[in-house]
Amino acid sequence: MRIGVFICHCGSNIGGTVDCAKVAALAATFPDVVYATDPMYTCAEPGQAAIEEAIKNYQLDGVVVASCSPRMHEPTFRRTVERAGLNRYMFEMANIREHVSWIGKDIEANTNKAAELVKMAVAKLRNNKALHAASFDVNKKVLVIGGGVAGIQAALDCAEGGIPVVLVEREATIGGKMAKLDKTFPTVDCSACILGPKMVDVAQSPNITTYAYSEIESISGYVGNFTVTIRKKTTYVDWSKCTGCGACTEKCPSKKTPDAFNEVTGLTTAITIAFPQAIPKKAVINAQHCKKLLTGKCGVCAKTCPTGAINYEMKDELVTETVGAIVAATGYDLVDWTQYEQYGGGRYPDVITSLQYERLLSASGPTGGHIVRPSDGKEPKNVVFIQCVGSRDRSIGRPYCSGFCCMYTAKQAVLTKDHMPDSQSYVFYMDIRANGKLYDEFQRRAVEEYGTEYIRGRVSKIYPDGKGHLIVKGADTLLGQAVEVEADLVVLAVGVEAAKGAARLAEKLRISYDSYGFFMESHVKLKPVETNTAGVYLAGVCQGVKDIPASVAQGSAAAAKVLSLFSKDKLQSDPQISQVDIKRCIACGKCVQTCPFGAIELFDFRGQQKARVIETVCQGCGLCTATCPQGAIQLAHFTDNQILAEVDALCQC
Amino acid sequence: MSIVYYPGCSAAGTSSDYEKSTQAVCDALGMSFTPLPDWNCCGSTPAHATSTELSAALSVRNLDIAAKMGAEKVATPCPSCLSNLRLAKKRMEKPEFRARVDELLDEASSAELPQTYSVMQLIYEKYGSEFVAHRVQRPLKGLKVACYYGCLMSRPADIMADFGHPENPQVMESLLRACGAEVVEFPLKTECCGASHGIPERQLTANLSGKILETAQNMGIDALVAACPLCQMNLDLRQKQAGKAMGKEFALPVFYYTQMMGMAFGIKLSALGLNKLVVSPEPVLKKWQAALKEGVCE
Repeated sequence: MRIGVFICHCGSNIGGTVDCAKVAALAATFPDVVYATDPMYTCAEPGQAAIEEAIKNYQLDGVVVASCSPRMHEPTFRRTVERAGLNRYMFEMANIREHVSWIGKDIEANTNKAAELVKMAVAKLRNNKALHAASFDVNKKVLVIGGGVAGIQAALDCAEGGIPVVLVEREATIGGKMAKLDKTFPTVDCSACILGPKMVDVAQSPNITTYAYSEIESISGYVGNFTVTIRKKTTYVDWSKCTGCGACTEKCPSKKTPDAFNEVTGLTTAITIAFPQAIPKKAVINAQHCKKLLTGKCGVCAKTCPTGAINYEMKDELVTETVGAIVAATGYDLVDWTQYEQYGGGRYPDVITSLQYERLLSASGPTGGHIVRPSDGKEPKNVVFIQCVGSRDRSIGRPYCSGFCCMYTAKQAVLTKDHMPDSQSYVFYMDIRANGKLYDEFQRRAVEEYGTEYIRGRVSKIYPDGKGHLIVKGADTLLGQAVEVEADLVVLAVGVEAAKGAARLAEKLRISYDSYGFFMESHVKLKPVETNTAGVYLAGVCQGVKDIPASVAQGSAAAAKVLSLFSKDKLQSDPQISQVDIKRCIACGKCVQTCPFGAIELFDFRGQQKARVIETVCQGCGLCTATCPQGAIQLAHFTDNQILAEVDALCQC
Repeated sequence: MSIVYYPGCSAAGTSSDYEKSTQAVCDALGMSFTPLPDWNCCGSTPAHATSTELSAALSVRNLDIAAKMGAEKVATPCPSCLSNLRLAKKRMEKPEFRARVDELLDEASSAELPQTYSVMQLIYEKYGSEFVAHRVQRPLKGLKVACYYGCLMSRPADIMADFGHPENPQVMESLLRACGAEVVEFPLKTECCGASHGIPERQLTANLSGKILETAQNMGIDALVAACPLCQMNLDLRQKQAGKAMGKEFALPVFYYTQMMGMAFGIKLSALGLNKLVVSPEPVLKKWQAALKEGVCE
């Protein structure tokens, strides 16, 4: 074998603490190495051209690049060697940046370690074999999970591109959090007015099938060929008959049902249509408050319904859909702020969340857009906003900034003045983060034109003074003083966390999530839409906090990824999968049990049971190879011989 | 030999009524302590305002004596002592800090120092409200009270993590409810009373204590119940100053929780040091006794 080795300086990233020339000189002495050099930037165009040239000039049949993490550039260099006529698996990469130069300062020790890693890579490469990808068909249909603004945008863009879309939404209506907002910053345009038409587009698109009030039960398969089971939750209303006329909601006698769409700021009936612009506009019975379902006595809605859509015997239904790609757009929920005992822990009715305040501001909310105190229904005069409740707070394990609270608080202060010209708003803040287009200008307007009092400091306590007001006690860190504000209403800008159940969904999607439940992108800067599972993409806050413009942009980006995936009729499978040596296989079935993907099956081979890998399903995780008591399963490109060769090389150093 | 009792300086002076009632309540419950011999100041304000190491050295000397006695736990009624003793133990986990403290002490202190607990926490954890209720002979009928912990009993949060929510502890409430009192949720239960600023900045303490007294009085309670000698002094002895700061006249008796528990346990009032309270507890006692009598007639 003839191997070429390239020890990258990566500018000073590696060259600063590794003697690259020395590593190259050492590499030249390793078995089968016929050429070794140390370029400045191997990934740059001249660097790649140098590899191609060396392959030709020295008749190389294998290449080792020692540089950065293979995460980013292994695909780059595989393409490079392929261009020069080699099989892409006749390439190995040694990570001497993240694993060496960035973590140690001792040049001698670093140089030795780098040489050892290169020696291992060379040893592995000597055992490599050319591998060839198989190709398979793509099911050009996409599943979008979550019908908030990000999911809606992804669904509409895919549908516009001619792709059939299955949109699954947990709630009874699509629209997500944006549908609950009154106005949006920085233009103060009506949220329902700009989102509504998009929701209608979803309903009218012939390419989109919407499953509302439904959740993902299970997902199997792989990029291009996923099978998804969807649980349609019991609505007790046959939606094929329901016309959304609302007659049932007028007659329902259970009028004290907490209104989830209105963030429990008001009451509704046990049978409801979430809001007037709901899509789909269908009724749902809340089983916990329905008299008929609880006591068996009532049935008013069934008598009222002109189309006979009510069905008290209804059960959950499972449906199966097959798709080729998935967009996760599951959004967020609010942090449980009641853990802040210093803010009353939820005991004071006039301390509310900003999402509840949105419902009070909204003309379609429980008060018809009139701001009143929950405790006594009176109009407040002094409204205090507190930012960063559950954000940037390490004491409750939420150290991150929720991103959009500074802006919506400014918007709410502006709207408060618009609704109640005699009112006075106060905002306790840590820093103002207004770094979007037109954002800072808008926040300044809240201060300069609307007279909002901004107080830089944290609130230490909210307590009732016993005379109907709340005292908000805090610090003004600019004046270096303790301050107290007598408030009629306190609005908490409660921080954001991943949607409830996000972790469980991530496990079904086989994607990673961070310690706060946000889904992990493939690369934080360069692959913010992809995940590490091929064919699964992210949009909106499920990936990390972002506001409406950014969520819409990511929804479109996810759709673009899906469309480019679907631009090919066939996809290539990764040949780094398990292979069974049937001579050794004793059909014990342990691999079948271990495989998390159901990729191994037993079959009859000349009258004997043997295991067999389903190539398109295997993800190459290697669990079966570690489990097999006979050593009968080998993972291509990570065979025992290849790994032992690396170990041998290391032990001989 | 498991729990060693550290009274703190106030117990030997300004809060002898707290000390007396604490001993009486613990006796009544059957909780026994071993006194800490040759104890010294815990290193509170004058020391820790000067040097963290000095403050810790004073605390560690006490903990070291307790450790050498084989104590598992140290008990103290005073939240300030509690805070200093706990902080000192925590800080001694750092070898450099330990070295500087040991230098001040002229000898190496014990490697393992016992943890300190408030007497309140020990009563609550050892006996619980059910046992306390069982022990009550003269329930605190007809008395509406608010519990005031002060700023140190439950905080800092990481030092006092085992005491419940740092902003809304419930231990004193449970104990007094077990004694038959009507306990209201007092929102300012962990706010600062002004503490030792009563001497250098009297107005500041008057303002802070005034806020607490004003809110408490607005809640229509009969008495405020404290657990800290310095808080009790600021709210009781300085109640007139606080009233002046708020432009109000307060007449709110401020008991120690141990005095209230002692009353409920049927301990002789003279053994609870009620005569030391500046704002007269008479109206409270009369109301209580009347309610008890009514109960007898029923």
